[in-house]
Amino acid sequence: MSIILDKVNYVYSEKTAYEVHALKDINLKIEDGEFIGIIGHTGSGKSTLIQHLNGLVKATSGGIYYNGRDIYDEDFNMKELRGKVGLVFQYPEHQLFETTIFADVCFGPLNQGLSKKEAELQAFTALRSVGLPEEYWYQSPFELSGGQKRRVAIAGVLAMKPEVLVLDEPTAGLDPQGRDEILDQVAKMHKELGMTIILVSHSMEDVAKYVDRLIVMNHGSVMFDGTPKEVFHHYQELEAVGLAAPQVTYLMHELRKKGIPVDGEATTIEEAKASILKCFQNRENRS
Amino acid sequence: MIRDITIGQYYPADSVIHKLDPRVKLFGVVIYVISLFTFRGIWGFLLVTLALAAMIKISKVPFRFMVKGLKAIVIILIITAMFNLFLTPGETLVTIWKIKITKEGLKSAVFMAIRLIYLILGTSTLTLTTTPNQLTDGMEKAFRPLNHIHVPVHEVAMMISIALRFIPILVEETDKIMKAQIARGADFESGNLIKKAKAMVPLLVPLFISAFRRANDLALAMEARCYNGGAGRTKMKPLKYQKADHISYLVILGYLVIVILMRVLL
Ligand SMILES: Nc1ncnc2c1ncn2[C@@H]1O[C@H](COP(=O)(O)OP(=O)(O)O)[C@@H](O)[C@H]1O
Ligand SMILES: [Mg+2]
Repeated sequence: MSIILDKVNYVYSEKTAYEVHALKDINLKIEDGEFIGIIGHTGSGKSTLIQHLNGLVKATSGGIYYNGRDIYDEDFNMKELRGKVGLVFQYPEHQLFETTIFADVCFGPLNQGLSKKEAELQAFTALRSVGLPEEYWYQSPFELSGGQKRRVAIAGVLAMKPEVLVLDEPTAGLDPQGRDEILDQVAKMHKELGMTIILVSHSMEDVAKYVDRLIVMNHGSVMFDGTPKEVFHHYQELEAVGLAAPQVTYLMHELRKKGIPVDGEATTIEEAKASILKCFQNRENRS
Repeated sequence: MIRDITIGQYYPADSVIHKLDPRVKLFGVVIYVISLFTFRGIWGFLLVTLALAAMIKISKVPFRFMVKGLKAIVIILIITAMFNLFLTPGETLVTIWKIKITKEGLKSAVFMAIRLIYLILGTSTLTLTTTPNQLTDGMEKAFRPLNHIHVPVHEVAMMISIALRFIPILVEETDKIMKAQIARGADFESGNLIKKAKAMVPLLVPLFISAFRRANDLALAMEARCYNGGAGRTKMKPLKYQKADHISYLVILGYLVIVILMRVLL
């Protein structure tokens, strides 16, 4: 089970004055069960890239294979793919339209051709897994707070039982608490449901803590692809393209410069804390 | 798909027409449209064609881009042509079942179709070479004298410019919401008319909500910057005629004279 992108190129408004070469020769292999972060500054092509994964936009050139099958084949079932690769757009709360939250979440599964009962069952499970309290379910979605609306929208995609969940900047415009809640929820789904998750973000801090693999986009190309540690190792190059490694990375490098042998590869506050404490311990032991 | 709508779109290029004062262009288009609906016979047709071709050529906007705007009116075009073709009385050419096609009908259908196509092409030359802001600035200044008879010229111009500004935003928004719903399995293409109309609900509700939200935001932003109508408001780029504008006025007037002469003499 995998998604393979083979030399994918995409050009917006081809052959006009507004032409934009948004993706350049993208080669990627996404395995089952991975937790991937895609990062890059605004306009680097992240959203365009993920819209290829469920066939919403068709590559100008190159091929995409889902579980070994070419998605651009004549007889490939695009509708089924859209159920398998669930795509949560940026500001997904803007797509809500039904009279109640529950009905809105049922929209996806009903489109898949499920019976009313099955659809409701899946909506139920989905709303549970995004952690929206049941008392809200039969209210209008337009009366919720921003963070709650976003959960409903995510549930709307989850209810289709996708194998791969792609989230485009799920934390944009949320306060720190709302951000952590959503990301924790996503991490939990990855762990409990074993879903493949692709998280798009422009904040290193957001993703470093959660993902196993980081893909850095720059001007439509993949710049780095590896574990967060490997990627943050290039923190100076990242900075040159307007991205920053997590703050602790800088702190650790500063400490090392001062001759304190901390772990320069620490990317989360927890790791940094452990490493610094270990240094103190070593020093005390020596003296 | 939805992005193919080019009405009201601006195409940046470095041409004489792009740099003209919007008032000149407005005047030119008015004269062009008048000539378009008054010409008679093959010579008039050639003259209008020449004028249009010259306009397109000088504007440096690719022809392919202009033609895209025509797609939107294909249906209107066909219906108009049909009416003219079947309902004009006169000398019968062919009879299919009960429907008679007359010589006059054929002629007026062809000319009507040409007029409509030329109308769209001509007016798109205006909008493709003029930003919405320039256009409304031009209108506001051209119609300023109407202020004396209490026509709210500035307010109308502001409304038009906001409406024009919102077209591409709403098109983009539609595209985005459409994609988001397609990602949730929505189907906007298949099914009969009723099914298609029903399928629009998940698109239209979010679209209206977003339009109101944007309108609200804009109103707030304008108020926050102390906007209170046109009185005493100055322009960052006041319109001033250049040499090219005067020459263009002469060219347009020359064209008008030829059109009138042809109409009278031929
Ligand atoms: N619908 C569109 N039409 C034309 N150009 C677009 C469109 N969407 C995005 N672009 C352009 O493609 C590039 C990549 O955009 P996008 O994929 O949205 O980047 P990101 O999500 O990383 O911010 C940008 O230069 C953007 O201006
Ligand atoms: Mg984006």
